[in-house]
Amino acid sequence: MSGTTRSSTPTRRRTKATGTKASVETPPTETPPGENQPSEVERERAQRFYRQMLFIRRFEERAQRAYTQALIGGYCHLNLGEEAAIAGLMDELRPEDYLFTNYREHGYALARGIDPNAVMAELFGRVDGVSKGWGGSMHMFDVSHRLLGGYGIVGGQLPIATGAALALQYKGADEIVMCTMGDGTVAIGAFHESLNLASLWDLPIVFVIINNGLGMGTPVAHSSALPDLYRRGDAYRIESARVDGMNPDIVASATATAVDVARGGRPYLLEVVTERLKGHSVVDPAKYRSGDEAARLKGVDPVRAYAQHLTAIGVHDAESIAQLDAEVLREVDAVAAFAAASEFPDTSTLFDYTYASPVPNDSRRLPGDALYPAAPIVGGAA
Amino acid sequence: MTELTYREALRQTLRSELLRDEDVMLMGEEIGVFEGSYKITAGLLEEFGPRRVRDTPIAEEGFTGAAIGAAMLGLRPVVEIMTINFSLLALDQIVNHAAKIHGMFGGQMSVPMVIRTPGGGGQQLGASHSQNIELYYAFVPGLKVVAPSTPADARALLLAAIKDDDPVLFLENLALYNTKGDVPDDLPAATIGKAKVTRPGRDLTLIGYSRMAVVALEVAEELAESDGLDIEVIDLCSLRPLDRETVVESVKKTHAAVMLEDDWLTYGIGAEVAATISDGAFDYLDAPVRRVAMAEVPLPYSKPLESAALPSRQDVVNAIRATLAAVGHRTSEGTR
Repeated sequence: MSGTTRSSTPTRRRTKATGTKASVETPPTETPPGENQPSEVERERAQRFYRQMLFIRRFEERAQRAYTQALIGGYCHLNLGEEAAIAGLMDELRPEDYLFTNYREHGYALARGIDPNAVMAELFGRVDGVSKGWGGSMHMFDVSHRLLGGYGIVGGQLPIATGAALALQYKGADEIVMCTMGDGTVAIGAFHESLNLASLWDLPIVFVIINNGLGMGTPVAHSSALPDLYRRGDAYRIESARVDGMNPDIVASATATAVDVARGGRPYLLEVVTERLKGHSVVDPAKYRSGDEAARLKGVDPVRAYAQHLTAIGVHDAESIAQLDAEVLREVDAVAAFAAASEFPDTSTLFDYTYASPVPNDSRRLPGDALYPAAPIVGGAA
Repeated sequence: MTELTYREALRQTLRSELLRDEDVMLMGEEIGVFEGSYKITAGLLEEFGPRRVRDTPIAEEGFTGAAIGAAMLGLRPVVEIMTINFSLLALDQIVNHAAKIHGMFGGQMSVPMVIRTPGGGGQQLGASHSQNIELYYAFVPGLKVVAPSTPADARALLLAAIKDDDPVLFLENLALYNTKGDVPDDLPAATIGKAKVTRPGRDLTLIGYSRMAVVALEVAEELAESDGLDIEVIDLCSLRPLDRETVVESVKKTHAAVMLEDDWLTYGIGAEVAATISDGAFDYLDAPVRRVAMAEVPLPYSKPLESAALPSRQDVVNAIRATLAAVGHRTSEGTR
């Protein structure tokens, strides 16, 4: 399995990509202090990345706890293990770019700059949630931050994101679309139709496959005839690359290339290799993972690895790492308190969002209501 | 006032909307170079170019979903799905996405798109190409479903659908494309969600939509001539929302109803109409509501089999006479 790009596009750019699982287990923490000292810009970015990754980690752990306390309902898919991928991907988008994701998207919402209170309140089903309590964990949406959805149907977001890119091209806009998905998504028809349309029409879109190795409990090798997922770009004349998703700097560098291509008016397919540290969702104990696999996972942690790296290059030290963690934990506590204090939506708003344009004869019946207002009984047919 | 075919009314409306609003664009299979499988988009690629009139690959899920995304970002895409049978390939995008995006995300973005698609049977196209499955869409809150039966309504409802901020499934019918009718030159957009009484009457309410609204009107005229019957005809025009009030008010006057539909009987649109009458005009009914619909089979190719499965005018006449007989109303053929 090679970590380099394998695009058939002659003008491809090579991405610094180290994609094997082996490299993931050996994070780049060995740079001795004094060598390759980071610039001030690099230090700032590294600090930003680490804080974001840590915040997502603590936020998700808090969501997991709230779920077990029955404060969160439905399904709840966490980004644990994907923090570096999210930080790197999101950092390369401009605020005016559009993002479409699947249902494992809390971290993306946070990294786009959406108020964490609104993200947690959505999980709690409260009126202050990003989607006003209508969406829940899988359906975060915030127009002002151009997160155009968390989508719960695997692959559903791909045609929509493709169409958003079409609208941008139609208007001659400079923005691009990023559309993320899981590794299981590449088997569904919408993936192929969307990549084909995006390439045929030269659309400004980056498709991102977050390959954490498992679609629920199914390994990639059991769901994709071509396990090198990025190579599927070849079938659609789309430049593509695979990248190690456990280090935000590497992800950001690969994303920069992808975003450049999209802004130049061509789609791009980026495969980001990550780990899913927990089950598919909060309630999944992941018993399908072998003992060896579970043992291996104990040694894998992108947040810890990046902390070690930043300590090694002198951006952080043990004390500042501990301080930051305490600070983030306090913030996440406050976020959970906000969500718990937020009101549930009033049931009188139940029919408010079925339609955007008012329409006569729209049904507003509650369960058990008569289909038609009962006519006064006039004693038989006239 | 101009006499136009249903096809030409649609074509001219698409053209006038493309001229009116730069955000209106058309997408679909074979709508450009081929000018549309049923020529609804004839000449539009030449006039407006491939940016506004976009040929797509055979990928209903992909291009219907793309229209959703384009609509979210402010375009007003009008998608053509060659026949309603093929819309099943796009079912996930229409039902799980177009219908949900406004509600599921707390009303933050709407999906102002139109899906134009014809239903129909009787063209010897076989089982998978002859369905009338508008019910699948009429079932779904978040979608609007309209079904014009005349050239004028085709124009008025298409204008309304394109201006509407919600996803609208616009049902056409293969058998209607060549039908003619007067279309006022300054016809305004219709109101989605309203039915029409197309012929007032007192003896019985005959309800239909799309092709069967035309059949209803023709049969009512025939029976007025032959039997002296005074039948009220309702064209539903909109299947979601359903204008229950117009139906109920009519039945309160006529005390009897027959529902005509080209879809299958069980669970069909007529079942909902019958339930509406039961709930809204139970005390006024003098006979059970009868429904005339397609036989519940995959529609066969061979002509005699196909004809036997589709509702005919005689089936409609028989249902009306049987209903009136149950009421106790004498017809020229006598009470059955």
